[in-house]
Formats: sequence, C-alpha cells, structure tokens
Amino acid sequence: MNGFAGFVLRRIAGAVITLFVLSVIIYVVFYVTPGNVAQITCGPRCSPVQVHQVAQQLQLDDPLYVRYWHFLQGLFAGQDFSTGTSVEHCPAPCLGQSYQTGRQVTDIILTKLPVSFSLVLGAMVIWLVLGVGTGVLSAWRRGRLSERVLTAITLAGVATPVFVIGLVLMIVVCGELQLLPFPQYVNFTDDPEQWAWSLLLPWLSLALIEAANFARLTRASMLETLAEDHIRTFRAYGVGERAVIARHALRGATASVIALNAVTFGSAVGGAVLTETLFGLPGIGQELVHAVKVVDLPVVVGMVLVIGFFVVLANAVADVLYAVADRRVVLA
Amino acid sequence: MSEALAAVETAGTDISVPAASGAHRFWRRLRTQRAALVAAAVVALLVLAALAAPLLTALEGQDPTTYHPTLIDSARGGVPIGSFGGASADHWLGVEPQTGRDMFARLVYGARVSLGVSLGATLVQVVLGVAMGVAAGLGNRWIDLILSRITDIFISMPLMIMALALLAIVPDSFPRPVLVALIISLVSGWSTTAKMVRAQTLALRNLDYVSASRLSGWSTSRTAVRELLPGLAAPVITYAALLIPQNISAEAALSFLGVGVKPPTPSWGQMLTSADVWYQAAPQYLLLPALALFVTVFAMTVLGDGVRVALDPRAASRLRIGTGRKRESRAEKAAQAPNAAAAKAAQVPDAAVVKKEGRA
Repeated sequence: MNGFAGFVLRRIAGAVITLFVLSVIIYVVFYVTPGNVAQITCGPRCSPVQVHQVAQQLQLDDPLYVRYWHFLQGLFAGQDFSTGTSVEHCPAPCLGQSYQTGRQVTDIILTKLPVSFSLVLGAMVIWLVLGVGTGVLSAWRRGRLSERVLTAITLAGVATPVFVIGLVLMIVVCGELQLLPFPQYVNFTDDPEQWAWSLLLPWLSLALIEAANFARLTRASMLETLAEDHIRTFRAYGVGERAVIARHALRGATASVIALNAVTFGSAVGGAVLTETLFGLPGIGQELVHAVKVVDLPVVVGMVLVIGFFVVLANAVADVLYAVADRRVVLA
Repeated sequence: MSEALAAVETAGTDISVPAASGAHRFWRRLRTQRAALVAAAVVALLVLAALAAPLLTALEGQDPTTYHPTLIDSARGGVPIGSFGGASADHWLGVEPQTGRDMFARLVYGARVSLGVSLGATLVQVVLGVAMGVAAGLGNRWIDLILSRITDIFISMPLMIMALALLAIVPDSFPRPVLVALIISLVSGWSTTAKMVRAQTLALRNLDYVSASRLSGWSTSRTAVRELLPGLAAPVITYAALLIPQNISAEAALSFLGVGVKPPTPSWGQMLTSADVWYQAAPQYLLLPALALFVTVFAMTVLGDGVRVALDPRAASRLRIGTGRKRESRAEKAAQAPNAAAAKAAQVPDAAVVKKEGRA
C-alpha cells in the first residue's frame, strides 16, 4: 500500500508542477506579445483612455516576474481593481476582469460551467454505453460479418468531425423530419424536461464521436486479453464463451476504458467548443470562441487556465484510476 | 528465398532489423490489404486534385474568388438561381449562396489548404518529435529528465484551446494557412511522437550494432543519424500516418470556428460555418464540403491503419479488415516466440489510444 500511496502523491505533485508551468507559459505567451500589450489586452474597441487605464492596471513598467507574482496573488488571495471612479474587489480565485464587458472572469466562467458539464456528463453516459457495448460486441463476434460492419462504422465515426455529424443530425431531425425543434438551451433548474430535450442532439453528436474511440479501445484490449494464456485455461476448463467474454475479457479492458474516460471527460469540458458553437449552447467553449474573436484577453487567459486545470486534473485522475484497476502500473 | 526465411523477414519482430529497410517489402504488405489500397487510391486522387487545382479550375473556366452577383437571387437573400445550387456547364457544382463564388473551384482549392496545412503540420510534428525523443533517449540523466518533463507538460495541455487562444493574438498580416499549420503542430502531436521515439530509442541504444558504432568512436550525433534513425523509421512513419487525419480535422475545426484560415482563402471547415442556414435552399453548399472532409479524413485514417499493419506484423493478426490475414498468420507462426518480448517493447501504440484532441 505504501507503494501505491507514494505513486498517488508523486502523481499529484506532477499535476501541480504541470499546472504551474502551464500558468507561466500562458501568462508569458499572452502578456509578452510584441506590440502594445495594453492595447491588445484591452481589445481593438478600447478608447485611448481605457488603454491608459489598462496599462496602469497591468503595471507594465514592472519586471515580468513581479507582474506574474501579482497575477498569482490575485488567484490565491484576491485583488482590488480600480475602475477609474471606484475600486472593485475581486475575491479569491481572481482571474481578472473583462475589458469588454467589465464582468469578472470568475463570474463568467461560473455561469458557463454548468452548461458545459450538462453537455459532457450526459454525453458521457451515452458514449460509455454505446462505445463499450459496440466494443464488446465486436470482440465477441470477431471474424464474423457483423464485426466487420461494426469495425467499419466505428472507423467512420473516428473519421467524422463532430460538427459534420452535428450538422447532419440537426438538419435531419429538426429540419427535415421536424421531430424536435431546433435546440434552444434551457436551464436544468428552470425546466428539467425541456433541458433534456434541448441537449439531446448535442449529447448524441458528441457521444457518437467519442463512442467510436471507446469501441476501438475496448475491442483492442479485449482481443489482447483473449489471446492470453489464462483465458485459454478457462476455456480448457470448459468455461463458456459468454462467461469468458463478460467476466474475464471485459475485466482486462476495464482499466484502459476507465483511464480513457477520465481523459476524454477532462478534455471534453473545454473541448466541446465545436458542439457548443454548433448548437448555440452558452457553455465555456462558446464563450471562449467569442472572447477569442473580440480579443478579450483576460477572459481568454482565464478560460484557458480553467480548462487546463480540468485537463491536468483529469489526466492525473486517469493515471490513479488506472493504477487502482491495474496495480502493475505502480511498480513500473 | 525459402518460405520460412521470407516469413521471418517479413514479420520483422526483431527490432535489431530495421523494419522499413525495404520499401518493396512494405509495399508488398500494404498490397495485401484491400481497404488500404482503395484508401491509397483515393488519397492519391485528392493530392492530384489539390496539386492540379489551377489546371482544373482553368478547365472549368472559373476561379475561387470571383463574385457572381448575377447568379444569385438577392430578393431571396442570396440563394443561387437554378436547381442544384445553380449547377451548370459553367459552374459544375453550382455557386455559393450570397457571393456566387464557384463551388467547384472553392472545393479543389480547399483541398490544397486542407492537405497543405495537415502535411506541413505533420512534418513539423515529426521533426520536432524525433529530435526531442532521440535527444531524451540518448542524452544523460538530466537532459532526459528535463526533456521528458517538457513533453509530459505538453501532452497534458488543452491543445485545441491553446490553438484557439494563440490564433487570437497573432496579427492577421501573418500568412494564415502557414500560421494555422505552425500552431497546430506546436501545440499537438509532437509531444506524443517524442514520447514514443524516446521509448524506441531507449530500446535501440543497447543493441549491439548501436554499441558497436559508439565503441568505434563515432560521435553521438553521427550514431543517432546513421544507426538510430533507420530503426526509428517504421514507428515514426506509422505515427505520422495517424497524425495526418488528426491535423486535417484540427484545421477544419479551427476554420469552422472562424479562427483558422480566413476568407477569401477557401477551406472546407470554413465553408461549413454558415452552411446550416442555407441547407434548404442550397443543400450542396452543406453536403459538398462535409463530404469532402469526411472522405479525406476517412481515407487517410484507413490508409494510416494500413500503413500501421504493414509495418507492425503483430497488428496484422488483430486487425481484420481486409488484411490478408491468412498469409500474415502463417508468417507470424514462423516468426513466433523468441522475440515476443522485444516486439512488445517496440510495438507502436494502438491507434485508438493515440491521444487526439480537437475533434470533440
């Protein structure tokens, strides 16, 4: 157990270092760009007065490490902003303030996160059921026609960009067949039923793409397990094919499926940019695309950091879960 | 060549024998896979169309940027006049809504952007990945530690998001397709390549022929170039073949979001941005770029899988889509056992677990 605890601790330390380096890289890349930093930060629509204010706020005369230190201080202890006429306080996880709208970045992210989580959590259920199911089925029916058809379908799923699937789904279901109205996001707290209906197509398009990956992974690792000696022993003892598949081969695939799921979940929280943009879901991804287009730098930096946090966290969780499912990893 | 000898050689499970040393052997193994052959033909056609884009459009008598206001119905919001989106002898695939630009010309020029950006990005990823991987694998403990840490950090970064954000701050004066290729390759792909190359280098460096070159006084760089790189060729080519379709998707995604390739340069992803508004009046405006994208990525993926199977005999027995597996399994049986452990160490990661991002 000592070895395992050590492994987890080392992994957490690694994640913290990665996050720190990530924040430095992001800070340097965005705030040390050539040209007038204050102008770029404030965005193309700022007046000269605003640009001057921003320049003061960013303390551009200070050396870089001092500025980064202030940024970290804001993140952990909060910060005060002078907006010219009054002083505004930005509480602890302070990521700054949008110069376009004047809102605090933390607030913006907190209002957008539930939407992204609704999308990804729902899609996750579908991609797990569909992906692992397809994978098990094609490992079970290996060599038959049905397996070839499934393999071809999953390959097509891997090759299709999510916005193509989403567009086609939306046009067929909402446009041609008129089974559903065009998605219009409704908050879960307002109307759970409408919420589910409005998310059905986004869930499906995101899940179909990811399911293909899960199907391929499940199938590959099940086939690897099926080729091992202990499976041959089970068969020799007369264990039926179904039991071999369901009880033993699937167990061999569990570790990698759990790990892939954690990674996919983490990257999907921020990575569902395309799905959110296509279906007009007011989540993190859509907000980021908007911020990028109007060059709202504090929002962009804040969002990239938050999304990076989820990705790094998910990768660490994936490694730990993998180690729980397969202790051999700890020894390596 | 006797059957058994040929089998041992084709199997190539012994990593001390550079697996890609014979191009004809690779071709022979690729040829047994029907799906990969079809995909290769499709890819060849696409590349040809992209290269000959000016020729093809000259043949049609159009270009991708000229507006044709007479061919669209401004009273109905700019819908192309005529059936099938205004397809005619002059405009083979019709014209774009609102602008009246020629669809065929924009599609073939879009192929140039799509393939050019993805190939360029793949090249940068491979060069960077191999350099980092070999340096980490051959360097001393500290070099290895630092380079591996950097690689790990890049692997766990939100790449699509970084690309999106980076594209925001670079001024528009920079040539956009080059920029997109550069950013895609810097934020993704190279890190996983580097990790794989490092593992492979560590496996190769202690083999006799590499030690021999070091003992005979060759410098590290000469050993790397002359002795290691040939042994790395097979896994690196396999990896590159998997990266290409990912890069195509990444470019299309960024352009779809409006931060990638900017108009008037045509790009398939960019064409799809406003396609949902027009699908009823001009369905071809949605279907053509979507189809082009799908066919290209699908063909590249199948070809990539085929290349992997052709270079990695262990995969041949597991993957069963038209792999000519009877011949393969015979070869594998003959080459079995003694080198299984070495083969496992050298095995290229499965396509399914290659980290991919940006398609969500």
